[in-house]
Amino acid sequence: MLFYSFFKTQVGQQVTVELKNDLAIQGVLESVDQFLNIKLRDIHVVDPERYPHMLSIKNCFIRGSVVRYVQLSPSTVDTALLQDAARREAQSTQQMNQAKPNVAQA
Amino acid sequence: MADTAAALTVEEPLDLVRLSLDERIYVKLRGDRELRGRLHAYDQHLNMVLGEVEETITMVDVNDEVQTQSLRSVNRTVPMLFVRGDGVILVSPPSRAA
Repeated sequence: MLFYSFFKTQVGQQVTVELKNDLAIQGVLESVDQFLNIKLRDIHVVDPERYPHMLSIKNCFIRGSVVRYVQLSPSTVDTALLQDAARREAQSTQQMNQAKPNVAQA
Repeated sequence: MADTAAALTVEEPLDLVRLSLDERIYVKLRGDRELRGRLHAYDQHLNMVLGEVEETITMVDVNDEVQTQSLRSVNRTVPMLFVRGDGVILVSPPSRAA
């Protein structure tokens, strides 16, 4: 849930979502869900000459699984907070994994 | 197990990634892509947030006339980047030469 929480802090920010088919879409992050599906508004395609379709599209929903990268503005990211959150997430998932074998033995 | 000890020990592969937090790492991705950047966050899927990222994309140019292939790499930099884990092949400390 680390990145779900992280993306929730990015709602309202300008982001560029690069898809696995190389299409890059810039827009304002409107919402995100647990699968990291993304809704963008006020979008424009980064390379409209290569991708002339979508010119008329203003809002879109992107399935999380087709995302390769999301470019963020560094001023909106608290890196120290992120690293702390990542350490805490690592510890909690490790504890969950240690608990599972005990359940299997019981 | 003591929680304080858990932060220092390496028991599972992902612990190696945890020790790379706030360090510059090398990430090899699907599609002949490589990243070098500072690791700010990761999860069990290897989703990551990297800072000061340098991306290298390697492409093969085929010259039909002389039947040769040449490798061409394109570099670009991104100040802050979320990387989806399903494209990750490997994570490593960057090579000293690079």
